[in-house]
Amino acid sequence: MSAKVEIGFNLNGAQRTVEVPREMSTLDMLREVIGLTGTKYACGEGECGACTIIVDGRSVNACLMFAPDCDGRSVTTVEGVVDTPLGERLRDAFVQAGAVQCGFCTPGMMVQAKHLIDMHDGKLGREAIKRGIEGNLCRCTGYVKIVDAIAAAAQPKG
Amino acid sequence: MGIAPEAQVETVAPHEARAPSSPKQVAKDSLIGKRIAKLDAPDKASGKTRYIHDMDLPGQLYGKILRSSRVHARIVRIDTSRARRLPGVHAVITAADVPYQRPLGVGKDHLPLKSDRVRSPRDEIAAVAADSPEIAAAALKLIEVEYEDLPPVFDAAAALEPGAPVLHEGKPDNIAMTFDYSHGDIARGEAESDVVIEDTFRLHYVTHCCMGVSGVIADFDASGSLTLYSQTQVPFLHKREFAEVLGIDPGRIRIIQPPIGGGFGSKLDIYPFEPIAIFLARATKRPVKLVYTREEEFAVSPTRQPVVLRLRSGAKKDGTLTFREVETLHDNGAYTSWGATTPFVIMQTISSLYRVPHCKYHTSAVYTNNPYAGSFRGYGNLQGTFAVESHMDKLAEALGMDPLEFRLQNAQEPGEVTGQGMHFKSCGFKDCLRTAAGRSDFQRKHREYRAAQAKSGRYKRGVGIASMLHVGGGAKIYPSDGCGTILKIDDFAHVTVMTGASEIGQGSETVIAQLVCEELGVPLDAVTVVNNDTDITPWDVGVHASRTTFIAGNSAIGAARKAREKVMAAAAKAIGYDAAALDLRQGMIVRAADGESIMPLAKLLRSLHFSDKAELVMTTHYYEPPSQHQDKGFKGDVSAAYAWASQVIEVEVDTETGIVRMRNVWGAHDVGRVLNRLGIEGQVEGGVVMGQGYALTEELIVERGVTRNPAFRDYKLVTAPEIPEMDITFIETMDGEGPQGAKGVGEAPAICIAAATANAIYNATGVRIYRLPFTPENVYRALREGGSKK
Ligand code: FES
Ligand code: FES
Repeated sequence: MSAKVEIGFNLNGAQRTVEVPREMSTLDMLREVIGLTGTKYACGEGECGACTIIVDGRSVNACLMFAPDCDGRSVTTVEGVVDTPLGERLRDAFVQAGAVQCGFCTPGMMVQAKHLIDMHDGKLGREAIKRGIEGNLCRCTGYVKIVDAIAAAAQPKG
Repeated sequence: MGIAPEAQVETVAPHEARAPSSPKQVAKDSLIGKRIAKLDAPDKASGKTRYIHDMDLPGQLYGKILRSSRVHARIVRIDTSRARRLPGVHAVITAADVPYQRPLGVGKDHLPLKSDRVRSPRDEIAAVAADSPEIAAAALKLIEVEYEDLPPVFDAAAALEPGAPVLHEGKPDNIAMTFDYSHGDIARGEAESDVVIEDTFRLHYVTHCCMGVSGVIADFDASGSLTLYSQTQVPFLHKREFAEVLGIDPGRIRIIQPPIGGGFGSKLDIYPFEPIAIFLARATKRPVKLVYTREEEFAVSPTRQPVVLRLRSGAKKDGTLTFREVETLHDNGAYTSWGATTPFVIMQTISSLYRVPHCKYHTSAVYTNNPYAGSFRGYGNLQGTFAVESHMDKLAEALGMDPLEFRLQNAQEPGEVTGQGMHFKSCGFKDCLRTAAGRSDFQRKHREYRAAQAKSGRYKRGVGIASMLHVGGGAKIYPSDGCGTILKIDDFAHVTVMTGASEIGQGSETVIAQLVCEELGVPLDAVTVVNNDTDITPWDVGVHASRTTFIAGNSAIGAARKAREKVMAAAAKAIGYDAAALDLRQGMIVRAADGESIMPLAKLLRSLHFSDKAELVMTTHYYEPPSQHQDKGFKGDVSAAYAWASQVIEVEVDTETGIVRMRNVWGAHDVGRVLNRLGIEGQVEGGVVMGQGYALTEELIVERGVTRNPAFRDYKLVTAPEIPEMDITFIETMDGEGPQGAKGVGEAPAICIAAATANAIYNATGVRIYRLPFTPENVYRALREGGSKK
C-alpha cells in the first residue's frame, strides 16, 4: 500500500482537500475516496470513455490520471456538468432524444459532450460530434441518438 | 368509522391540480406510438443512478477469485496458508472449505469452486474476501496451486475423434447436447430440385461487452437469510437455482436487481462468481462485493460460440425452395451454459423463415477446453441467418433470378403453419422485404453494382439483403412463460405497477407504464414501476427471447383493466351513470360521449377508501401466453407471435486493403405495433450497430483455450464515426394477441446484419466469404483467393 499525499483541487466548483495514495487513479479517488460515483469504470485503460472528466478545460480519462496530479487543478465530473445551464440542456437533450439505454456510458458521454460544445462554439456538425465521441464506447444505442442529443444541445437556444 | 379527516379527503395530487376545472371537455390522450422518454433516463444522464459498482454496504468486504493457470489439469495441491496470514484478509476458501456446493448452470456440469480438476483457464480454484480489492488481489498471489496437466482439446471436431481427451466423466464422446429436427423427406426434396448447393460457414467467438462489468453483493442477515444484489436477467429462476447450489431454502433468498449496465443475454445463467461471493459472505458473516475487472469480463464471461455450419439447399427452376439440410457443430467450451441450446433458435430460421417443404437439421454441441458459450442477443439466429441468407442469394443466382423476387416467392405469409408447427398469425414479412428493397432502390443498385464488378477501380460498392424470423411473443421453453403484475392506485391516483419483468436498459419500464396509462387514463408521471425485488414483485420467467414488452405488457394491461373495471363500477355507482358511458382521461372521470369531466379520479378513490366500504384499488394479474411447448421433435407453436425484419445494406469495399465500410442500412421491421417510437428506434439502432460489430470488427481471439485480446484496445467495438446511415421503417401488423398489437423487437435488429453484409460484399466484388468477421485481413485474403475456403 503506497504512501499517501495530500492534494488540493477545485472539484465541480468547490475547493477540496483529500489524502490519496500516490498510485491511486483519479477515477478511484472520485469514486472511492470522495464518493462521486457518476464517473464510471468500464476498462481502466483509457479505451472506453466511461470515466471521462474535464481537467483544466481538457477532457481526460480519469482512469489514466494519477490522483495526485489533480493537485492545484480544476476538475469537473458529470455531477458538476449537470449543475450548469449547458449541462441541464444536455441532460434534457439526452433524455428527450432517447440517448440513454442502460446508461452506463452516459455520464462519460455527457462530460465529453459538454467539452465538445465548449470547444466548438455552436458550430458542431454531426460528423464532428461522431469524431468527438470516438473515444466513448456505447454498447446499447448505436450512437445515433447520442449524436442527436449532442446536436440538439449544441444549438444555442433562441 | 370510515369517516376520514376532511383535510385528507380534500388533498389534491399535483397532476390533479393541473387537470382542467370542471365542467370541461377532456381530450383522449394516448401515449401509444409516441416518442416517450425513458423514465430512468434523467437519473442516468445525471450520474445519479446507482449501479452495483456504485453500491457499498456497511461492513462490506471485497471478494476476488483465483482462476486456473492451466487449460486442463488435475489439481494436486492448493496451499492457502500464506494468503490467510495476509493482514486484511478475512477468508480464503477453496472447494474443501465449502461444506456444500452443487453443480450449477444449464448443464449442471461444474461446481462453483473446482475441487479436483480444471478444464479451462477461467476455472475457479479459490477465493478471498478482504478489506479492499487490492488486499484481496495481493492475497490471490500468495495462493500456491500444484497442477498435473492433462491433454487438452481445443477444436470441436477433434474432440469428437476417438481417443480425444474426455472432459467430463459420463460424457465419453464429449457431446454436451444434440438436436435433431426434421419435416418432410429430404430425399424427395432433393429429387425435385433443379439446383442443389452446399457450403460450410464458419462463425467466430464474440462476447457481450456490457459497459458495466459483472458484479454481485451477497449479504446474510442474522437469521441466515440471504439478500443478493444481482445483475441477473432472470431473478425468479435464479432464486431457485441459488437455493439448489447453496442448499438453502429458496424462501430465504431475496434478489434485488440494481440498474444494470447492459445485459444482451449475458446474465441469463448463474456463473460461479455469484455462489462464490455468497460462500465468502457466509464464511465472514459480512457483506461481500465481488466485481470483475474488464480483463476478467473479457476472459471469463460467456461467449457467442463458434459454429461450423454445413448447409445444403435446393430449389426448382421456377424458384420454389425444395429442401434444406443442415449440420452444425458447436464448440461448447468446457461447460454447458445456454450456448449449447442456441440450435433451438437456429432451427427455426432453417425450417420456417422461408417455406421449405423438406427440412432436416442436426447439431452437436461438443466439449472442448475453450471458454464456454452463453446466450447472446439473437441466440443463434445471427449464425443461422448468415448461412441461410447467403444461400438464398446463391440459389437466386444459380436460378438466374433476382434475389428479391426469389425471396418474395418463398417468403411466409399470414396464416401459415410451418413444418415446425409455428403459426404465423400476424406476418409482415413480404411488406418488410418490399419496403427495405424499395427504400434502398435495391434491385437497380444490385444490377448496377454487379455490372460494375468487372470495371477497374479500387473501391467497389455493393448491396445485400437479408431477413429474419424471431420469436416475438415469448418462447415457451420453461413450464411457464408467464409474468405477474400487482397494481395499486393510491389516494392521489398515483399508480404503482409491480411487475416481475426486469429492466435491463431496454426500456420495458417505460413501455409498461405507457400501457397502464392507456388503460387507466392517467398521465405518465402518475405511474411508478417497481421491477427489481423478488420479495415484492410477482413471478416472471425473465428478460430473454424479446418477450418483455409482449408478456409483461399483457400482464400489466390485465391488471390495469381489472383496476379500471373496479373504478368504473364505483364511479357509475357514485354518479348514477352507466359504467359503459364513462371513461378515464388525464386523471379524470369523464363522460365517454363528449369527454365532459365529471370528477377527478383521485377524489373517487378517496371516497372509496374513506367511505363505509373502506376499499382500496389493488389488483393482480398473471398472463400466460397462448403458445405451446414443443414436442420431443421440436415441433409446436412455441411463441404467441413472431417478429419479422428485412434489412438492406450497402457497403463500400476497398479492394486494396480489404476494408469494408458499411454505408447504409435500410431496415423494415414487423413489430406488430410501435408502442414507444423513441424506445424502439433505439433498440433497432443499437441492434444494427451490434450486428455491425459482429459482421465487421469484433472477434474474441481464443488460442489454446486462452483469450488473447481481453481489452477494448484489441477487441474492437464499433465507434461512433463508423456507424452507417440508418433508414428504419416499422411495419405495423397489429398482432391480435400483442399488447396494443405489439410484438417483441429486442433481438431482431442485430440478426441479419452479417448476412446482408456478406451478400453486399459479394455484390460488390463477386467474392463470397463464408467466414466471419469481415475484418480487413479476412476480406483481403478472400479477395486474393477469390473466396475463402469452403
Ligand atoms: S474506464 Fe477510463 S477509459 Fe475506460
Ligand atoms: S447506454 Fe448502455 S452503454 Fe451506452
